[in-house]
Amino acid sequence: MIEIKNLNKVFGDRQVLYDINAVFEPGKCNLIIGQSGSGKTVLMKCLVGLLEPTSGSILYSGVDFTKASENERKKIRQEIGMVFQGGALFDSMTCEENVAFPLRMFTNWNKAQITERVKFCLERVNLSHAHKLYPSEISGGMKKRVAIARAIALNPKYLFFDEPNSGLDPQTGIVIDQLIQEITREFNTTTIVNTHDMNSVVEIGDKIIYIRKGYKHWEGDSTTIVKSNNQELIDFIFATKLLKRVQHTF
Amino acid sequence: MLKYLENFGKYCLLIIRSFSKSPKASVMRELIVRELDNLGIGSLYIVSIISFFMGAVAAIQLAANIDSPLIPMSTVGYGTRETIILEFSPTVIALILAGKVGSNIASEIGTMRVTEQIDALEIMGVNSANYLIFPKIIASLIINPILTVISMILGVYGGYLACTTTGLIDGTTYLYGATMDFKTFHFIYALIKSAVFAFVIASVSSFRGYYVEGGSQEVGKASTKAVVNSSISILLWNFILTRLLLL
Repeated sequence: MIEIKNLNKVFGDRQVLYDINAVFEPGKCNLIIGQSGSGKTVLMKCLVGLLEPTSGSILYSGVDFTKASENERKKIRQEIGMVFQGGALFDSMTCEENVAFPLRMFTNWNKAQITERVKFCLERVNLSHAHKLYPSEISGGMKKRVAIARAIALNPKYLFFDEPNSGLDPQTGIVIDQLIQEITREFNTTTIVNTHDMNSVVEIGDKIIYIRKGYKHWEGDSTTIVKSNNQELIDFIFATKLLKRVQHTF
Repeated sequence: MLKYLENFGKYCLLIIRSFSKSPKASVMRELIVRELDNLGIGSLYIVSIISFFMGAVAAIQLAANIDSPLIPMSTVGYGTRETIILEFSPTVIALILAGKVGSNIASEIGTMRVTEQIDALEIMGVNSANYLIFPKIIASLIINPILTVISMILGVYGGYLACTTTGLIDGTTYLYGATMDFKTFHFIYALIKSAVFAFVIASVSSFRGYYVEGGSQEVGKASTKAVVNSSISILLWNFILTRLLLL
């Protein structure tokens, strides 16, 4: 479980996050939604430790990440898997080597054990055929799937996804969403997805928090969000013409 | 001025970070071997060509400028050897490597920064500075003195071939000059310089790449800055080391 308590982030004289409070439970897909520039990426970067919050605390299973020692942080980080917007695969390594990377760095497994785990992870994302290919030789959707395989290699307790569907066609986006949901249920991970993809909101949003201008503006789930009376939230989720047309069906 | 100081502070902290908390020894060994191949073996061709012709031209120029019958022609071999060992091989080769290797390092690390690969390393709990920079520094420290020695041999040999094929002086006279009054300390001085320059090239270029912000245009700018900063630092260190070691 991840708890955020009174989190604030200030860059120079510009405050980006105001007093954010949230609880993300294991086995659930927790979505952070909001417009571009609303502060959701900054929030995610604070959660994974790429940015230091100005004040407030982030608790990973009760341990305050913001006040943790370097060793404690390292331990927590090894329980985190993250999938970046562009995949962030190491381009000098094959898909197989990318997935093996955390295993080689943080386990004392022998070659056979690592190969077996890599095979399992790649099979889990339906990419066992692409193990010898380099990131430059595969599509955007495949890159995301390899990144997911790398993220789950060490059996993480916490999984983070930054805009997992950006740059993907809707059908591939659905495949990625399904994969995120299946992995969350299967491994009981605390999954946090940073998105503005409305399909993800409806399909996998076990818990959703809506960030607007740095404030947590709304909290709920995929069933309550479409019935919300919050006009700003409604304007945001039914922004496109297509969604406006089908809004009444929810 | 304040910006320069801030950058220098950031550079020092990054280098300290790169020398701490290594991953498993087996992984680090593998990385160093890869960098030896990338930075060293990849530069062997250009270093060989440049050194050979540098020696050849130095010998011809020396021979062409000896007018007095009082100066023995063996001075050509001696002068070529000394200029090659003292200056050409350690400094000129370092400047060439600053261009070739320096831009390579800065663009490689810079691209990893803008494509979030460094963030991915950090989130996994890997000390990205150590993982990316330390092997490059160690590989450069190993390979640059070796390249310098190869450059010295090829430079002196280039001078020999230039003199004998053009008939300026005979081979025996050239070799007599090239082997006379050899000071071992000059050779050691050249190796010390090449090691210091290796550290400068690898660390300055890594620093430029590591702190890139933005996109591909900034990566290009960082590569240019890496070459310029490394070259200036090499010249500055060349002056300091010469003053400290030779006088």
